[in-house]
Amino acid sequence: MDETIEYAAATGALSSIWLLVALPLLSAAVLLLGGRRLDKTAPVLGTGVVAVDFVLAVYYVVTLADQSNRAVSLQVFSFIPVNGLQVDAGLLLDPLSAVFILLITGVGGLIHLYSVGYMHDDPGRRRFFGYLNLFVAAMLLLVLGNSFVVLYVGWEGVGLASYLLIAFWYTRPAAATAAKKAFIMNRVGDVGLLIAIFVMFATLGSTQFSDVLGGAAALTGGTATALALLLLLGACGKSGQFPLQAWLPDAMEGPTPVSALIHAATMVTAGVYLIARASPIYNLTQDGRTVVAIVGAVTLLIGCVAGCAKDDIKRVLAWSTVSQIGYMFLAVGLGPAGYAVGILHLLTHGFFKAGLFLGAGSVMHGMNDEVDMRKYGALATRMKITFATFTLGYLALIGFPFLSGYYSKDLIIEAAFDKGGTSGWLLGGAALLGAGLTAFYMTRLMLMTFFGEARWDEGAHPHESPTVMTAPMIVLAFGSVFAGFVLVHVFSLESWLEPVFGAPPEADHVIEPIVVTLLVLVLVAVGIAAAWLFVGRRQVARTAPVSVSAVVSAARANLYGDALNESVLMRPGQWLTRALVFVDNKGVDGAVNGVAALIGGSSARLGRAQNGFVRTYALGMLGGSILVVAALLAVRFG
Amino acid sequence: MIEAPSVSYTGLSPVLFVFGAALIGVLAEAFVPRAYRWGVQLTIALGGVLGALVSVALIAGREELTISRAVAVDGPALFLEGTLALLGLLSILLLAERSPDMGGSAFVAQAAVPAGTALDRQLATHARTQTEVFPLASFALGGMMLFAAANNLLVMFVALEVLSLPLYLLAGLARRRRLLSQEAALKYFLLGAFTSAFFLYGLALIYGYAGTVDLRGIFDQAAGTDKSDALFVIGLAMLIVGLLFKAGVAPFHTWTPDVYQGAPTSVTALMAACTKVAAFGAILRVLYVGFGNSDWTWRPVLYGVAIVTLIVGSVLALTQTDVKRMLAYSSIAHAGFILTGTIANNQAGLSSTMFYLLTYGLTTIGSFAVVMLVRDADGEASHLSQWAGLAKRSPLVAGVFSLFLLALAGIPLTSGFTGKFVVFRAGLDAGAGPLVVVALLASAVAAFFYVRVIVLMYFSEPAADGPTVAVPGMLTTVALAIAAAATVLLGVAPGAVLDLANQAAQFVG
Repeated sequence: MDETIEYAAATGALSSIWLLVALPLLSAAVLLLGGRRLDKTAPVLGTGVVAVDFVLAVYYVVTLADQSNRAVSLQVFSFIPVNGLQVDAGLLLDPLSAVFILLITGVGGLIHLYSVGYMHDDPGRRRFFGYLNLFVAAMLLLVLGNSFVVLYVGWEGVGLASYLLIAFWYTRPAAATAAKKAFIMNRVGDVGLLIAIFVMFATLGSTQFSDVLGGAAALTGGTATALALLLLLGACGKSGQFPLQAWLPDAMEGPTPVSALIHAATMVTAGVYLIARASPIYNLTQDGRTVVAIVGAVTLLIGCVAGCAKDDIKRVLAWSTVSQIGYMFLAVGLGPAGYAVGILHLLTHGFFKAGLFLGAGSVMHGMNDEVDMRKYGALATRMKITFATFTLGYLALIGFPFLSGYYSKDLIIEAAFDKGGTSGWLLGGAALLGAGLTAFYMTRLMLMTFFGEARWDEGAHPHESPTVMTAPMIVLAFGSVFAGFVLVHVFSLESWLEPVFGAPPEADHVIEPIVVTLLVLVLVAVGIAAAWLFVGRRQVARTAPVSVSAVVSAARANLYGDALNESVLMRPGQWLTRALVFVDNKGVDGAVNGVAALIGGSSARLGRAQNGFVRTYALGMLGGSILVVAALLAVRFG
Repeated sequence: MIEAPSVSYTGLSPVLFVFGAALIGVLAEAFVPRAYRWGVQLTIALGGVLGALVSVALIAGREELTISRAVAVDGPALFLEGTLALLGLLSILLLAERSPDMGGSAFVAQAAVPAGTALDRQLATHARTQTEVFPLASFALGGMMLFAAANNLLVMFVALEVLSLPLYLLAGLARRRRLLSQEAALKYFLLGAFTSAFFLYGLALIYGYAGTVDLRGIFDQAAGTDKSDALFVIGLAMLIVGLLFKAGVAPFHTWTPDVYQGAPTSVTALMAACTKVAAFGAILRVLYVGFGNSDWTWRPVLYGVAIVTLIVGSVLALTQTDVKRMLAYSSIAHAGFILTGTIANNQAGLSSTMFYLLTYGLTTIGSFAVVMLVRDADGEASHLSQWAGLAKRSPLVAGVFSLFLLALAGIPLTSGFTGKFVVFRAGLDAGAGPLVVVALLASAVAAFFYVRVIVLMYFSEPAADGPTVAVPGMLTTVALAIAAAATVLLGVAPGAVLDLANQAAQFVG
């Protein structure tokens, strides 16, 4: 990848791509500043803007596809014009960002529509749609920015929107805490991204994609690895990857559409986007790629294991998200062989995970916002549409043949094995094991929610959700079923992305693809069977059993991720804070107060000379005069 | 036979306008019926300073020495005359304030009546007002202008006396707290006479050395003779003492707090702003024109004096509880800041000092004008504790006073910052780095007592029987508005005035 990267200037219809960001931003401003009189129109306006954005996005992408150079850059304004540091606010529409704007506006639009029903009775729905539009604007800016600085603006924008939406019901302490946790853990990652941008500027003198990625070949190995690891830190924070995964499950305190849009389909995949976007840097550093792949593999297993032990339906899905993004990291960590596959999984995951979350929201909607699966059961007949769409999402997620997940996940597992050597076997094995565990925890979820006997609370009257909610679920279910097939066989995503990632190298198969597929299917079958054995054929207790094996309690405790953070980071941090406060109080303040007391004291002492007697004054002046005369004489004759 | 020297009336017109107003004022005092006297006197005094302002504007750029080289008409003289005319205009507006809301006139009708007698008590409630203050102020202003323009030590001494004597009188004219006022006047007079003697003695020694009182002549003589230097050096030291006294520089500052506190506040404003301008004008001319080539003798001394002044002014102000005394110590600290630029002995030193004088003068007059407004039953409420919570009662007055305090502290976007910046830069470029560091530390200390007043006004609970804020009359309002506008303008867009000061920074002769 040593060819120069050049983007054509946007002309014609594409010179208005800034509208994509501007429209939802404007709408967010109107909704958030507009006051109560907009309460009624908020859902219509918020959803309509994203729908318009989707239409625009389709139009732009079609226009782009007709062009010979499928990467156009639009200079919007000069952002930081300082001598030696020229940062332009500009947008870049290329095959990679095209994929993302379709995903964001498409899935985003459906989830907005769903929210119209889901948030129908919430008094704060104007604020909700305002935040949601703000998120869409920031996310589009993130993927459309043509420099790392503009990307960073969007990056922080989605972080803010995520914070606001997790804490949407801010009167609940759990939601407020979760929002803070998400924000702070994201900051840890953001620091990595920020330092990476500084390093880029220091070594390459620019933060524009064209300069940084085009000039990446000039980087020394050490710098490239450092950049790769710093960008990975940023990606881990935003995407909830090990070791910064703990915030994502807690983020489920936000309203369910938020979980679907931000914490499943779009924002949390920004890390994958970042690594894919910076692929020229990762191509330079084998070490950097290996770390990405390891992080992905570790995270996917953590996610699977934690997902197996949860009883909260949204937490299971959240850990599943953590795990699936682990797959994507694993894929992009494999280098040129995996970028396109990773993005493919990102897209298919965007469909079926959004569908699953909306399904979970629909279940909760019908069950008085109950999230504990132990109080579900036998809902298949009561909520037929939800059940059908959820099942399709479930099948897509576990990789049932010819559904979306089957295409994307199998390709990742295959590519992991194809890496070759011990690392290939380890990564491939982890991915394979993950597929089996995924089948287990998702089947467990299905069984506990839709089958078995009803374990509902008193007064629960499960009912199907209104059409405005089920319609998006149905659309997403179609995506779950067909997206993989279409993107592999009908409209090849791989060749569409070729201008960005280059042609993938000819695979040197370690294991024949058909064998991999069979192995996956076998493991999935084992997972399903295990779930049936442990959950399906037994009575599900309405309260979680207390005496459980060490493995289960570890999984329930998220593999002690929080405990680790607390003991390794939080406690030392608190000690450091206390020590600094002590030094500040006693040392710094002491010095300042001491000096102040000294000056004040000397002021009082000096002031005694001002005794009001004119004779004293005259004497003082005489003394002063003698001093001046003596000083002048000393200067002259001394 | 002595030939009458030629006089350039055009070049002297600013001074002549003010002296003319003073003389006409004396006649008016004698002949105009009492009922009209106040209006007539005010018109005459304002006419004098306005005429001076206009003529400064008209003859700007003129350079000559007139009356046998005794008086200079040049950039610094005209700039400072203009500054004095402007500050004098504001001071006269304050002197003329006599709205009943502010306790009528601030001046006693008959200064000679002993305090506390029956007649005195009768006068205190009487509506009779004092109009001699206008010619007195005009005389003082004229003396100040001449002081800054004198190119001859004898003329300078005469000007010193012309400016001082009316101020001694004005300081004793307060209508309330008469004993304090009379004590202030007496102290000012005694100490002023004491240092006048120093000045005169120094003049005599210099004459003995150089054989001339002409500043240029002294300069030429100092360049190369084999006469004893002792006369020269001691003479210079005594001249400096006399000048530093008027400028309120430590260790010759001791009169300042007592006099500023005792004098009627409008007179304090006149003294604090205009006297400082005139004194530094004279210091600049004497040192730069007369002793510019022997600056290696006086610079180290002024260096030390500046440090002492900075420390005394800013440290002593910390423990003041009276707002007028606090402003007095503040003016001492400011003299130290000005000296930082003055010792540069070059064009930058000259222009920065003149600019600082202008900004300081405007802000100071504004501050004292606010002090006049805050009153209780006994007149002005100058104790700081009475200012607690003022912002709740009178946000506008508190806001304007905060602006002036921030400017005095040298906060950016106020004129005080620009002024400090230019004098510090001049000092730094002239190699006075350590002095500038001391000055910066002093301004940090000074910021404390300025901001403390702001904190007091905004964040303290108002006292139960606190002072009321008088509604200022039209004249005071105009003065306050001009001072506040200039404080902001010279902080935000000082370019034009800085250019003017730079162009004017060239002595003639």
